[in-house]
Amino acid sequence: MKLLFFGKLRDVAESASFERDIPADITDSEALRRWLGDNIPDLMHPGVSIALDDLIVRGAAPLAGVSEVAFLPPVSGG
Amino acid sequence: MIHLSAEPIEPALLMEAFTRDAAGAGAIVAFTGLVRGNDGNERIDELWLDHHERMTEQAVAEIAAAACDRFAIDAIKIVHRIGSVRPDEPIVFVAAAARHRRAAFDAVDYAMDRLKTDAPFWKRETRESGVEWIEARDKDHRDRARWKEHEQ
Repeated sequence: MKLLFFGKLRDVAESASFERDIPADITDSEALRRWLGDNIPDLMHPGVSIALDDLIVRGAAPLAGVSEVAFLPPVSGG
Repeated sequence: MIHLSAEPIEPALLMEAFTRDAAGAGAIVAFTGLVRGNDGNERIDELWLDHHERMTEQAVAEIAAAACDRFAIDAIKIVHRIGSVRPDEPIVFVAAAARHRRAAFDAVDYAMDRLKTDAPFWKRETRESGVEWIEARDKDHRDRARWKEHEQ
């Protein structure tokens, strides 16, 4: 699965994107957030949205069939 | 109608082309946003804009379409920088053409407020004191809220 990180998250994840094999028991977006959050605690911030294949999801959304997950911090003003 | 540009943008040329394409309109309003070179006494050397290749373009297109739906305008153009932008360089250009001026003013104002809060751009400033990611300001959300009372 391809994981994308934006804004401040690309710094704390030390990359804008990487490929990662996801364990079989990680079946939804919030489980994925918690699993990655062990190493990237900033993902646990409530302002961080998750997009599955370009669609922002609320709550735990199934990962079945998803090829790309984006982690989006709150957007910047000007 | 919309464009995300990794290269410097030239508002005068954009305005010229937009005016040519908007033949017949009675009013054109254009806004150019520039990168400020300082914050108080601190110098800002660079603004770097992160974006999502597809989602940011979709969001900006949706804002342009919403402005067209909402106001009596004939056309709108939004050009937003991505990547590295230097102080005093344009970061955004928004223009609207309409039969009458009020709709054009309102459409540009609306699009700018929404770009500040609803479009996925993440800004990183390189300052004298170091590098800092910028978060949306409360004022940006208050500006955005001005339009909500009219939304369904």
